[in-house]
Amino acid sequence: MNTIRKREELGCNVIRYVVDAPIIAAHRKPGQFVIIRVTDHSERIPLTIADANPDTGTISLIVQSVGKTTREMAMLKPGDAIHDIVGPLGRPTHIQQFGTVLCVGGGIGIAPLYPIAKGMKEAGNHVITILGARTRDLLILEDDMRSVSDEIIVTTDDGSYGTKGLVTDAIRSLVSGGTHIDQAVVIGPPLMMKFTSLLTKELGIPTMASLNPIMIDGTGMCGGCRVTVGGEVKFACVDGPEFDAHQVDWDSMIRRLGTYRTAEQAAAERYDHQCRVGLDAKESR
Amino acid sequence: MNAADRLKLPPVVMPEQEPAERIHNVREVPFGFTPEMALQEAQRCLHCTNQPCVKGCPVGVHIPDFIQAIESGDYLAGIGIIKQTNLLPAVCGRVCPQEDQCQKDCTVGKAHRDIGQAVQVGQLERFLADWERENHAAVIPQIPPTSGKRVAVIGSGPAGLTVAGDLIKLGHAVTVFEALHMPGGVLGYGIPEFRLPKEIVYQEVAYLTRLGVDFQYNTVIGKSLTVDEVRKDYDAVFIGSGAGLPNFLHIPGESLLGVYSANEYLTRANLMHAYNEDSDTPILRGKSVAVLGGGNVAMDSARTALRLGAHRVMVLYRRSEEEMPARKEEYHHAIQEGIEFHFLENPLEILGNDAGWVTGLTVQKMQLGEPDASGRRRPLPIPGQTSSVSADVVVVAIGNNPNPLIPAALPGLQMNKHGGIVTDEETMETSVPGVFAGGDIVLGAATVILAMGQGRQAARAIHAWLTRTTETAKG
Ligand SMILES: Cc1cc2nc3c(=O)[nH]c(=O)nc-3n(C[C@H](O)[C@H](O)[C@H](O)COP(=O)(O)OP(=O)(O)OC[C@H]3O[C@@H](n4cnc5c(N)ncnc54)[C@H](O)[C@@H]3O)c2cc1C
Ligand SMILES: Cc1cc2nc3c(=O)[nH]c(=O)nc-3n(C[C@H](O)[C@H](O)[C@H](O)COP(=O)(O)OP(=O)(O)OC[C@H]3O[C@@H](n4cnc5c(N)ncnc54)[C@H](O)[C@@H]3O)c2cc1C
Ligand code: SF4
Ligand code: FES
Repeated sequence: MNTIRKREELGCNVIRYVVDAPIIAAHRKPGQFVIIRVTDHSERIPLTIADANPDTGTISLIVQSVGKTTREMAMLKPGDAIHDIVGPLGRPTHIQQFGTVLCVGGGIGIAPLYPIAKGMKEAGNHVITILGARTRDLLILEDDMRSVSDEIIVTTDDGSYGTKGLVTDAIRSLVSGGTHIDQAVVIGPPLMMKFTSLLTKELGIPTMASLNPIMIDGTGMCGGCRVTVGGEVKFACVDGPEFDAHQVDWDSMIRRLGTYRTAEQAAAERYDHQCRVGLDAKESR
Repeated sequence: MNAADRLKLPPVVMPEQEPAERIHNVREVPFGFTPEMALQEAQRCLHCTNQPCVKGCPVGVHIPDFIQAIESGDYLAGIGIIKQTNLLPAVCGRVCPQEDQCQKDCTVGKAHRDIGQAVQVGQLERFLADWERENHAAVIPQIPPTSGKRVAVIGSGPAGLTVAGDLIKLGHAVTVFEALHMPGGVLGYGIPEFRLPKEIVYQEVAYLTRLGVDFQYNTVIGKSLTVDEVRKDYDAVFIGSGAGLPNFLHIPGESLLGVYSANEYLTRANLMHAYNEDSDTPILRGKSVAVLGGGNVAMDSARTALRLGAHRVMVLYRRSEEEMPARKEEYHHAIQEGIEFHFLENPLEILGNDAGWVTGLTVQKMQLGEPDASGRRRPLPIPGQTSSVSADVVVVAIGNNPNPLIPAALPGLQMNKHGGIVTDEETMETSVPGVFAGGDIVLGAATVILAMGQGRQAARAIHAWLTRTTETAKG
């Protein structure tokens, strides 16, 4: 059950796992996610289904180690099992033939963007991808994205790779260069999504964003994942995770992500400490 | 003993953890009766011929009969009598609103003109169920040869567990699909440990597993498997997906940091063990917590807040003490523990600071007007009377609605205007043939015993349906 078949480091604390999950592999659609518990005492965390293969009954998860649970997950090796996986959750991305689709991804957001870009490409769209990273080393999945895009632009804040600047700069120059965009999809750090959304609104480009609020059950039971969209309260796990980016109350969503910052830092420090104590004990033996 | 002597016996006082101690732990509050106490309490029953207690019980437990069994010391017979009609007595003994059901019209209470003097039916029920569990006396019934029929049960709350238990005993194969990683529904994620130890729920599930029920966790029907796939693979389907959709007040400030739905608050604390300081799942440990609502959910949230270290916990309820729907025992326990009750106060706005954290609420003072549709007097605002209270955590506990996941996944299903599934009153069959439903998904947020009762009804009808189709297939 939920056995890890493959583990691949993609750099900068990002790992791709291929995991047995035949039912999920057979049912999932782009844009959907799972909720996992790494061990029987772990927190429930949401992760996008980055890819799936119904024939082998496996799904891929791409995880960035940012805190206790994701670091715990990073310790898993092929043959280990993830204690619980539930899904596919959330509504699938609305994929259709829009014409030209702009896929904007940043950070770990590129992982959830990949299946959507792939779906858009398969639906016959002309896919233009913009990937943003602070610096070259933090860019992931460039080759995968390239394989499903007709055009690709990479931006880095420090100019170490691709064009120097932000993804919003790249969007502006695309549009001012005469490219017509029918639909945009943006997934990345919340601030990047907010500013991209402000820009595409100004440019009149319909935009969807995939939101990543804190979740527990993923079935609409707790309301912890609530976000305000168009003045209404929505539960991202069942009504989303994708929403019309121009309607999202970004500031509220960004603030809510920080609810447990203190506790999360403490948990991560405790975990690191335990790991270190474990290592020291091993070394002294 | 004659009736006059019985009437002179005072109610046995339930031993409990002291309030000052129990607010620092999550262990169960009442310790339960000793055999001596149970005997004394059993002796208070008059064995009335008209049995008002049985009439008050939604599933008609043969109350005087099991009390008689306690009196004669035959606990095994006693628990057998209860289990004829109630599959989960250890749970119901603890959480049923007895004061509105069996104990409401108890002759002993009436004779004393004090419902507080009624025979403590719930505590006696709990006594027998605990005795059975602690002595591993649960009887494994003789299961008839397999019928070859397969039943899918969606949801492992009290409704689903009852259907599973009843149908496995009739020889059908039963699979329970549960969305969460743990069983029990609200019994597992909602009702706190100090009121219903989770061990009880898990043992009930272990018992069903021993009988052959297959539990599939982490499976959301409508997502992991479509309802149609389930219908294709199984001969009948029971939907017991509960009322797990939290209501919000839709007042300003509900997305501030530190505002929880009761479901989220209790799920973090119970299911994810956040009451444990080094749990991986965090919870905000407010110093001053305001809980909005007046039902069991509100009591559970308020008492959980205390156990998470709050110095001050307030329950804000827009009606008065009299209309409060919470079980009396929980209300008394809450008061003993020092929870403040603010009646006739309706929140208007949740207030926050620049960083987005909750700081308090503005509340409207209310008064009671004419009775409304629910028969309770309608709360009306008193113009100009508003005030503010400060709080660093706010828990919204104003009720839940039926979970819309399954209805959304099964378009042919007829629904009522409250989002509940419409069923036949007797058979619990829905508008989709072979699909039955019961519990909170039908009733809206109701009670454990009603969920169980509907599960019972559905199981009976499902059995009839399965055997009927066999016959038509044969014919
Ligand atoms: C629908 C959805 C899909 C997601 N897909 C992926 C994915 O494919 N790959 C991936 O690496 N991450 C993904 N995330 C984010 C991932 O769930 C969080 O990184 C994870 O919960 C952090 O847990 P932790 O214990 O390691 O860190 P914590 O110590 O709990 O948190 C560390 C940091 O992560 C933020 N964080 C905490 N919980 C969440 C959360 N639920 N969502 C976003 N940020 C959070 C905190 O604000 C904090 O700054 C997704 C989130 C959602 C809601
Ligand atoms: C905090 C709280 C305190 C309460 N206190 C009391 C009390 O003291 N006394 C009392 O009598 N009642 C009480 N109640 C009410 C009582 O718990 C419910 O009426 C009862 O649990 C309903 O049972 P159910 O089986 O219908 O649903 P639930 O107990 O809600 O169980 C439904 C189950 O179905 C699962 N599910 C939902 N959708 C799906 C899906 N699509 N696929 C798979 N699984 C799914 C859910 O995860 C859940 O486990 C309380 C409720 C709450 C929330
Ligand atoms: S009404 Fe009270 S006294 Fe009479 S049989 Fe029932 S429990 Fe006993
Ligand atoms: S995660 Fe609980 S309602 Fe969305």
